[in-house]
Amino acid sequence: MVDHAAKLTDRVWSRYNRKEQLTRYVVYLVTLIAVVWAVSDINIFWPWVWDAPNQIQSLAGRMWPPEFSKWEAIFSAMLETVHIATLSTMLTIFIALPVSYIAAQNTTPNKVTLWIGRFILVSSRSVNTIIWALLFVAIFGPGVLAGILAVMFRSVGFIGKLMGEAIEEIDRRPVEAMEATGASKLKVVLYAIVPQVMPAFFAIIILRWDINIRESTVLGLVGAGGIGVLLQGSIDMFAWQTVATILLAIVVLVILGEALTSVLRKKVI
Amino acid sequence: MTSGRTASDTTSGRVWKKPPFIANPWIRYGLGVIILAYLYWAFSTLPFDWQRIAEGLPRAGKIFGGAVPPSFERAELLWTGFKESFQIAFLATMLGVLLSVPIAVMAARNVSPLPVYLLGRTLIIVSRSFHPVIVAILFVAAVGFGPMAGILTLTLYSIGFVAKLLAEEIEEIDWGQVEAMRSVGAGYMKILVYGVFPQIMPRQIGLSMYQLDSNLRASAVVGIVGAGGIGGTLMNAFGRYDYDFAFAILLMIIAIILVSEGLSGWVRKKVW
Amino acid sequence: MLEITNLVKRYGQNEPVLKGLNLKVEGSSVVSIVGASGAGKSTLLRCINRLVEPTSGSIKLNGHELVNLRGSELRHSRRRIGMVFQGFNLIDRLTVMENVLSGRLGYVSFFQALTRRFPQSDIDRAFSLMERVGIAHYADKRADQLSGGERQRVAVVRALMQEPEILLADEPTASLDPKTSQQIMSLLQSLANEMSLPVLINIHNVTQARMYTDRIVGMRHGQMIFDGEPKDFNQDALDAIYGGIESPEEDAGEPASPTEEASA
Repeated sequence: MVDHAAKLTDRVWSRYNRKEQLTRYVVYLVTLIAVVWAVSDINIFWPWVWDAPNQIQSLAGRMWPPEFSKWEAIFSAMLETVHIATLSTMLTIFIALPVSYIAAQNTTPNKVTLWIGRFILVSSRSVNTIIWALLFVAIFGPGVLAGILAVMFRSVGFIGKLMGEAIEEIDRRPVEAMEATGASKLKVVLYAIVPQVMPAFFAIIILRWDINIRESTVLGLVGAGGIGVLLQGSIDMFAWQTVATILLAIVVLVILGEALTSVLRKKVI
Repeated sequence: MTSGRTASDTTSGRVWKKPPFIANPWIRYGLGVIILAYLYWAFSTLPFDWQRIAEGLPRAGKIFGGAVPPSFERAELLWTGFKESFQIAFLATMLGVLLSVPIAVMAARNVSPLPVYLLGRTLIIVSRSFHPVIVAILFVAAVGFGPMAGILTLTLYSIGFVAKLLAEEIEEIDWGQVEAMRSVGAGYMKILVYGVFPQIMPRQIGLSMYQLDSNLRASAVVGIVGAGGIGGTLMNAFGRYDYDFAFAILLMIIAIILVSEGLSGWVRKKVW
Repeated sequence: MLEITNLVKRYGQNEPVLKGLNLKVEGSSVVSIVGASGAGKSTLLRCINRLVEPTSGSIKLNGHELVNLRGSELRHSRRRIGMVFQGFNLIDRLTVMENVLSGRLGYVSFFQALTRRFPQSDIDRAFSLMERVGIAHYADKRADQLSGGERQRVAVVRALMQEPEILLADEPTASLDPKTSQQIMSLLQSLANEMSLPVLINIHNVTQARMYTDRIVGMRHGQMIFDGEPKDFNQDALDAIYGGIESPEEDAGEPASPTEEASA
């Protein structure tokens, strides 16, 4: 008869084996060290931190009740914001589509164009809309042109990357079939690729339009037009109650934008 | 079965047109009209200062001329700026991710009662509604210039993103595992730990890495309004027309974003 | 007439997939190519319309050498060669009519293709071909709403719209159930007759090859090892081609038709 009792006492179980445990400890340790370093080294005046909730409350108090006297200016500025977002999204399509074509591995003519396409997309995405706005304000002066260009330059990367991925994921077989009929490259794209990426295209454009509306609200803070200009002005003059109204207007705009885009998305899918 | 010759000698004269993309002709042409009308309206009502714009191209020439080659002389400024941005991003991610977990649990309909669910959803919506730059301005007005405002801003930003996706993830878990835990008699917290968290953990880690990357980018920007980090350095450079320094900063930002994107992608692959 | 001489296809430094193939297809016969997977059937067919690049050798269609054509000459030669694929390869989101008309892409201008303004003769031809194969009522339906057999018929019409000098079919029935695959084979056979078109069909199913084609070419490991009439294709030939490999499905779908088995 086998002695089960002795066997059982030898068996140990632990959730992670030695190697995993070690890795987990190392990760925790590194994270802890990073936190400690960050907290100790950061340029914060700690007494103010404890006072922060107070300060936030007091600011909130100064913003209540919201003041509606400037509603006309606010409304037209909001309209301007919507125009900036819409026009730039429309215009970006013409740039983003060709770039996405050359940035997709299965449609790009050669290696050089692939890297050019990727480079354009990466630079566009890595530079934040506001930084683009700073640049264009410096070039073209404050105003909506700087804003439109800034949103365009940022959107190219977003739309181009997602469209490029959509192109890379198509079913190759219709492409093969079209080539077999003797169609030229352009016609192959038209019949085999375009129909396959259409749904993705609409979804991406709608999504980016939604994001652009949000982005356009802040462009005015650096002078590139839209409601941001009014916002910056009110903050500079400590007109907190007007600020509150502007913030409310922005919330309404964002909600409207989301509602509209989800309706559009359903219609398109 | 039709016999005999097919193809060339049959002229049925039948007409064919491609079925239009949008079936209803009113909507089809109406859309076109609306778009044209909109373009006209937008362009005519928008204020364009054409004179100033015309000065644009020569200005661009001056700016780009001044920007190249990028100047790395004030490297210590670069270093302190990026260090601060990284600290802001890191701490905000930690705080944000930590707070996101309970908020996500609150905002998931299948694990929370209705009033708690509504509270959780509201918290998330509030965190998402405003562009981080606006939130940064408000925090700067409240707690003063510096990284504190940046950390608060990005924490809210992180919660808005991570908690939302995590809540959606929780709503899509395999309920069978939760049922099994209930059947062994575990309480709410234990059910969470054994039945829910293991299912969402890979996604949570992926989201956290993605958010760290996002915060790194955003931290560069909130500095523009005074919330600390390299953004402030950039603003100063622009303000002083130090375009070559500004260009150097920009290049560094792009490089760091690329590295961070690569790293976070690698980590996410390993963890998934 | 199709004339293939000493066709070789090699990928990199590996063993060649096609080892010096010679094949002549005259007039309007239906030729089936049988062989196990990997024998090179698909590669052979794709070399003809250059979807795969031959390494060496010659392929002549009605006297024109195809192997060294490029650019627009290559496209002109492709439009004279119709191809039907195993996976149908239709444009799923477009309608049946558009799929059929896309067979003319080698003939119309880009603008016509973009605006779908095909010449009336093309439209007439499309309708009559669709009626011939029985799918005319689907003209404005999206291609992905059709069944497998119907989709393959659309694909056949598309290929015929090219007014080709030869029709290539790469395992056209492999994705279809036995009854439907019979219909398609029968369709290919009758169309070949009606239009005096030479047809080359890659096929797994030896029984169908015997029933619907005039000539069987057997391949193994990139070489042709049988070339003759279906009645000569006996068990020895079968073993030579598939020997050592799992035998192909023998189900013809028609239990009542006796297949001729020449005695050894």
